[in-house]
Amino acid sequence: MSISYKKIKQIVGPLLFLKNEHDVKYGEIVKIRTDDNKERTGQVVKMNENLIIIESFEETTGLSSENAEIIFTGDSFRLKISKDMIGRTFNSLGKPIDIKTKKELESGILTDIEREIDGIPINPFAREYPSEVIQTGISVIDGLFTLIRGQKLPIFSGQGLPHNKLAAQIVTQAKVLTGEPFLIIFCGIGIIQDDAIYFLNRFQESGNIQNIISFINFAEDPIMERLIIPRVALTTAEYFAFEKDMQVLVILIDMTNYAEALRELSSAKEEIPSRKGYPGYLYSDFASIYERTGKIKGKKGSITQIPILTMPNDDITHPIPDTSGYITEGQLVLSRNLHKKNLYPPLDVLASISRLMKDAIGKQNTREDHADISSQLLASYSSALEVRDLISILGEEGLSLNQKATLKFGDDFEKKFLNQGLGENRNFSKTLTLAWEILSNLEKNQLFRIHKKFIDKYYPELV
Amino acid sequence: MTESNYGYISAINGSLIEIKGFESQIRLHDLIKISEQNILGEVIQIYSKYVVAQCFESTINLKLKEEVIDIHEPLSMELGPGLLANIFDGIQRPLQQAFNKFKDGGLPKGLKFSSLSRTKKWHFVPLKKINDVVNSGDIIGTVQETHLIEHRIMVPPNVSGKLSFIAEEGNYTIIDEIYKLKKNGKEKSYSMLQKWSITRSRPYKKRINPNEPLITGIRVIDLLFPVAKGGSVAIPGGFGTGKTVIQQSIAKWCNADIIIFVGCGERGNEIADVLKQFTELIDPKSGRPLLERIILFANTSNMPVSAREASIFSGVTIAEYYRDMGYDVAVLADSTSRWAESLREISGLLEEMPAEEGYPAYLPSKLSSFYERAGVVKALGKDNLENEITGSLTIIGSVSPPGGDFSEPVTATTKHFVQAFWALDASLAYSKHYPAINWLNSYSNYPEYISNWWYERDIDWSEVDIDWYECRKEINEILSKENDLKYITQLIGEENLPEDQQLVLFIAKTIRNGFLIQNAFDNIDNYTDVRKLLGFIKIIILLYKESKELLDQGFIIEDCRAIKEINDILRIGQSIPNKDFNQIEKLKEILLNRIEYMKLTRGVSSKK
Repeated sequence: MSISYKKIKQIVGPLLFLKNEHDVKYGEIVKIRTDDNKERTGQVVKMNENLIIIESFEETTGLSSENAEIIFTGDSFRLKISKDMIGRTFNSLGKPIDIKTKKELESGILTDIEREIDGIPINPFAREYPSEVIQTGISVIDGLFTLIRGQKLPIFSGQGLPHNKLAAQIVTQAKVLTGEPFLIIFCGIGIIQDDAIYFLNRFQESGNIQNIISFINFAEDPIMERLIIPRVALTTAEYFAFEKDMQVLVILIDMTNYAEALRELSSAKEEIPSRKGYPGYLYSDFASIYERTGKIKGKKGSITQIPILTMPNDDITHPIPDTSGYITEGQLVLSRNLHKKNLYPPLDVLASISRLMKDAIGKQNTREDHADISSQLLASYSSALEVRDLISILGEEGLSLNQKATLKFGDDFEKKFLNQGLGENRNFSKTLTLAWEILSNLEKNQLFRIHKKFIDKYYPELV
Repeated sequence: MTESNYGYISAINGSLIEIKGFESQIRLHDLIKISEQNILGEVIQIYSKYVVAQCFESTINLKLKEEVIDIHEPLSMELGPGLLANIFDGIQRPLQQAFNKFKDGGLPKGLKFSSLSRTKKWHFVPLKKINDVVNSGDIIGTVQETHLIEHRIMVPPNVSGKLSFIAEEGNYTIIDEIYKLKKNGKEKSYSMLQKWSITRSRPYKKRINPNEPLITGIRVIDLLFPVAKGGSVAIPGGFGTGKTVIQQSIAKWCNADIIIFVGCGERGNEIADVLKQFTELIDPKSGRPLLERIILFANTSNMPVSAREASIFSGVTIAEYYRDMGYDVAVLADSTSRWAESLREISGLLEEMPAEEGYPAYLPSKLSSFYERAGVVKALGKDNLENEITGSLTIIGSVSPPGGDFSEPVTATTKHFVQAFWALDASLAYSKHYPAINWLNSYSNYPEYISNWWYERDIDWSEVDIDWYECRKEINEILSKENDLKYITQLIGEENLPEDQQLVLFIAKTIRNGFLIQNAFDNIDNYTDVRKLLGFIKIIILLYKESKELLDQGFIIEDCRAIKEINDILRIGQSIPNKDFNQIEKLKEILLNRIEYMKLTRGVSSKK
């Protein structure tokens, strides 16, 4: 049953104010149809006995109080989902699009089910603690900050840093070692068309496209859509993970655009701002996206998230990275310094952390020496950086033998271990072998974080 | 309960609804229920024409004119056997039961579960007889709630009378009649279940000063920044500084009887982690899972904010209940910032005038009403031998300041109400110094209260004849001297300082790397008991004392640094288990012999 209205009382940015003459549900979806037969979607966000306030998901330009008809659908927003979606690209409302022309495609998809996009919170008791790894094929991530199925591990980047390349590489290389069905959901939030095309080309080249579903919201699309698209992507992810038993990896790029859209809407609603104009509920809102990750007892599938965000002015204390860091289980931070040195991926390893890896790496999942190695690499690299500082005071001649070795280790760490080709895919065993190679710059007695039995077994002996 | 009043929804805005129809009867903070969808809410404002309520669940799909019932009682906790080893959401709905019903793992709206099981039977043992006169808080019987904890059934506050009936030993549910009281000719029946509103603290006879430390097993805390049983602490720190690891560590090892862990607006996977760890961890004394002394409240970041606001008060209310039985209870709230943010969100919806950074002006009074519920008390009641009951409630709240900035409102306000402050430092965490408690910014007001306790447990070392309290002072002095020297060291280089100052720097480094750094994931290092702590710190002080003497006798700082035993001292944390205290004493003897030998041979060589 749907009832239509004319007469909008007031239009402010994305908000439409109507007289309340109808029995509507809070959160109900409305269609806004104009004379030219264009249809927009919106949602009831506030209502009292006199007034209904509707938030339009799409652009409100061209709407007037006379030319628009509001149709109450009596329903909340539902996404049509099916297995047909795999390998294709969609807009924020879940309609298939052609990325080169930005047009909606005529051919719809068959619908298996319909789902509300807000999802319901996962019962904390129902969660299973994540403990299985995903191999990204990137040494510095797999070796030091292993990605775990069911984890949310964001990339904190900055403008001009190669997070796009890194994201594309992760998407094309990521796999689970146990050979279970694996699906990647790529969600572009406010990205420019060139980037979108870059991503799609990379996916196609890799031949991995059969495992990917893309959702794209372009930079010039209405900001309201940015608030929906991650939820659309995650609703799709939940279907494939928890109903189709797949291991799903969701990439959200760029969450900074999302947060800015949220701020814009908040300001249109005349809400009281907290830090830097962002609404007080930024944390809860982010959580409603990031927390849709994990594993559920008794289900085979999982959802893993890699949200990518650009830190305004590279400031990690800015509300967007700061709020994210409090919710996610670790972070990968990109460094401008390393990028300038032409190292890729330019990961600031001392600022990065993966909180869930401690229980998931090791004998059964990767290799017995993995935990020791990662802790040793970090400790030695951190001393290498200290030695570099010393050089500026003492000069290289003033260094002891051990310090020289540490310095050499530091250089090798950056050039051989961290640095990696865009198409280069290293498995766990290769990454760990490489780690031993560069650790062999150091004397055995300097490897104080590695158990002796592993040194005996793995330390490369020169012949 | 009076007969129900009905009203209807007249406006909806986020989690707030306006209700018309019962504004004249309803009381502030009464619960309401939206009939059809079974959504609970709490009245927070009353106007002449309508009232405003915050809903504990999503308001999506509600309609205007929907019927609302006045439940006519405030949000209360159900208190009785069955709380321990259980997990609840912010308003005490049982999450395990929810999962049993909704196996897909979701948490749908309008759950209809009682907080505590009405069908489970508990073995009740009476301690009183018919015709005994009992008063509020008196223990009339016991139930072995878990293998670790005995649940003491108390007469509820504000109730007294003469027992006209008491059940025999046997199995009963929490709603079965257990006893009857006669007062002024009227007889009333009681079960094991009682209720208490979360916003009022449970009454007690009187408050007393804390005099016993809560031993956490974390060295930097137990020595430098101790917390007393009945104390209140804040742990502020930016993300990645290890708040959660400290909280979990305390929950695992501290010497409280009961732990109430409130996951307030934090990660879902963390709750899963806590549940898993505590199921697997075994209490060494009883061989039972540690989970049996724990009650979990989980209101993760994506669950409704109003329930998040309630969760820390829910936790502390249950803590008071066990405190009144005579237990030492610790409430760990992670994180109070998320709780403060939920206040801010609701305040924003109410369009209240904000104070700092959008937080409402009543943030301080709300925070104090939480932390002030900590303390050691003489409970109202008496046990079956007519002894007074003493219990304590310790509150340890973590704070997540945005950007790690301690001047922000929640951290700054919290400081007014806590007696100990464990400031976590991002730069320590970066250099992998864990626990990243900054020894210069942190403080504790408890040492004076608990120094006697430590004095009684001192180890008897004639070489270092100072007690815990003086050890603290000594260590604090060395660390602050190190800080004073920091600037000059950077300027002229360490080797250009006088020898005695170099020694201070060296000893400070030994304290930091050996004593203060502690690995929470190492099987030996994760918990340091009282004797090991005293031995460990005294051996470092001994090293300092003896090194000073060596310098006086003409040795140089290199000689002190070269003492072989220093490596063993640095490794005491990870290498010597608590039970092998004699190994520390042995190490002390070896160290003394070495120094004696140095002095002797030096004497010999100079004679040549």
